[in-house]
Amino acid sequence: MKILVAVKRVIDYNVQIRVKDDNSGIVTENVKMSTNPPDDNAIEEAVKIKEAGKATEIVAITIGDDKAQETVRKALAVGADRGIHVKAEGIIEPLAVSKILKAVVEKEKPDLVFMGKQAIDDDCNQTGQMLAALLNWPQATFASKIEIKDKSLEVTREVDEGLETIEVNVPAIVTCDLRLNEPRYASLPNIMKAKKKPLDQMSATDLGIDTKPRIEQIKVEEPPKRKAGIKVANVAELVNKLKNEAKVI
Amino acid sequence: MSVLLIAEHNNKELKPFTLNVINAAKQIDEDIHVLLIGHNADSVAKQISEVSGVKKIIHVDNVIYENYVAENFVPVILKNAEGYTHIVSAANTFGKNLMPRVAANLDTSQISDIIKVISNDTFLRPIYAGNAFATVKSNDPKKCITVRPTSFDPAPSTGGSAEIVKGEASEEYSLTKFIKKEEIKSDRPELGTARIVISGGRGLQSGDNFKLITAVADKLNAAIGASRAAVDAGYITNDHQVGQTGKVVVPDLYIAVGISGAIQHLAGMKESKVIVAINKDGEAPIFSVADYGLEADLFEALPQFLEELNKLNTIQK
Repeated sequence: MKILVAVKRVIDYNVQIRVKDDNSGIVTENVKMSTNPPDDNAIEEAVKIKEAGKATEIVAITIGDDKAQETVRKALAVGADRGIHVKAEGIIEPLAVSKILKAVVEKEKPDLVFMGKQAIDDDCNQTGQMLAALLNWPQATFASKIEIKDKSLEVTREVDEGLETIEVNVPAIVTCDLRLNEPRYASLPNIMKAKKKPLDQMSATDLGIDTKPRIEQIKVEEPPKRKAGIKVANVAELVNKLKNEAKVI
Repeated sequence: MSVLLIAEHNNKELKPFTLNVINAAKQIDEDIHVLLIGHNADSVAKQISEVSGVKKIIHVDNVIYENYVAENFVPVILKNAEGYTHIVSAANTFGKNLMPRVAANLDTSQISDIIKVISNDTFLRPIYAGNAFATVKSNDPKKCITVRPTSFDPAPSTGGSAEIVKGEASEEYSLTKFIKKEEIKSDRPELGTARIVISGGRGLQSGDNFKLITAVADKLNAAIGASRAAVDAGYITNDHQVGQTGKVVVPDLYIAVGISGAIQHLAGMKESKVIVAINKDGEAPIFSVADYGLEADLFEALPQFLEELNKLNTIQK
């Protein structure tokens, strides 16, 4: 089985983001960037499946500017076999991403495509489902457990009401939830080795995909600030405030 | 112009958040048609027909729709999409799973998780876990939108008299099979709609200690939430998780106990009307969003809190 894993470079989840002064977007210059957290789970799962002898090759792919390559290198360092970097500038909407991934899937012919369920920058939660639509493949979104069967997967999905289990035939798309596994760290020797692993480059234009945004981003603002609260001295004061000041109990 | 709204239900009852989505849709266009895909869901069709603002219900009934599988629902939506300018559903795990598959089929760039309708093509949506709000305009002829239900009031469930028409089923998608759903049943109010939510974090130290939270929740008739750290640690099941990738809650009162307040947790609760934080670390970020902060050991504070509540003559339910 061959697994393609899509990874995105985003502002690190611990960074407090800042809105640009002209309200055109978020400041990304000189800000720590990382792999989108659930994409790390996607890579980890692929590596575990390969370690269990159920996959033969893992290909990591990213889409973005030159620096986006870092995320592929990181995936290579934790166990992906080779990488693909599709160069594209600016905001690439999930629809365009899924079209690029479709073009790559048609060339690479993977049995499974893994990715995080959502990117923590735009919070869209669309790409996996869109790719599944374009390929007319089954989709197993928000996966917290994957069991490989003969020609299918049994996937446990985290849904609002609890857990749901579905079976999807291969080939399929899986979007990964944070509880799917515990992503490993790359060791220094593996980071060095990853530098020698093959990494193909191509552009969205080479693949014939127009990445021009469809959605106009009119402005980006800071959300309204909460009024600063107070500290209460003890539980009795807290209950008194909730009862008589806030009037919520 | 008209809106096609995809109903969420369990074949017996409409999920309450559909009412919030109907209200959001009203702000886009007055002509709202609801697509109900299910099996033996006549009671749901009747329920929707009584919702104020709904003009028409397209009811598609087939045994293949007994369980929700996006791959089966999407062809029905596409079949019925003609003539509509907007296709709308809730931005919960139902709609998040469904809508992008619709949008890609229509070659539409979806707008996810709107919190405000500015005009029929322009919307406000949170990005970066709600640390920024983006105003975005869709230029696609058919717009696919998911709505954050807690950002809109529910539409009145009575006062409407929409006509119900039968719609056609599509072919079954054979490559995906529903196996089971483990729904956690509870007598408590639902987390997404509860007036009061009390949440526990890693500070609870064990699943067993959540009984301290449960006792207060019982007293206040509150829903129980949790931080991702508490769910990851196995203290409580995932359906309780509040945050960027869990549930977004907007209760009148949110009580965060032993929760430090990571960015991704704040994303799920900081719009609550009144926030209480109980944490022994006075520097915890949760205090920056709390209206009332109590710097205390939760193992002492929670039993005292219950004791103080017991002293009150009345408690709003």
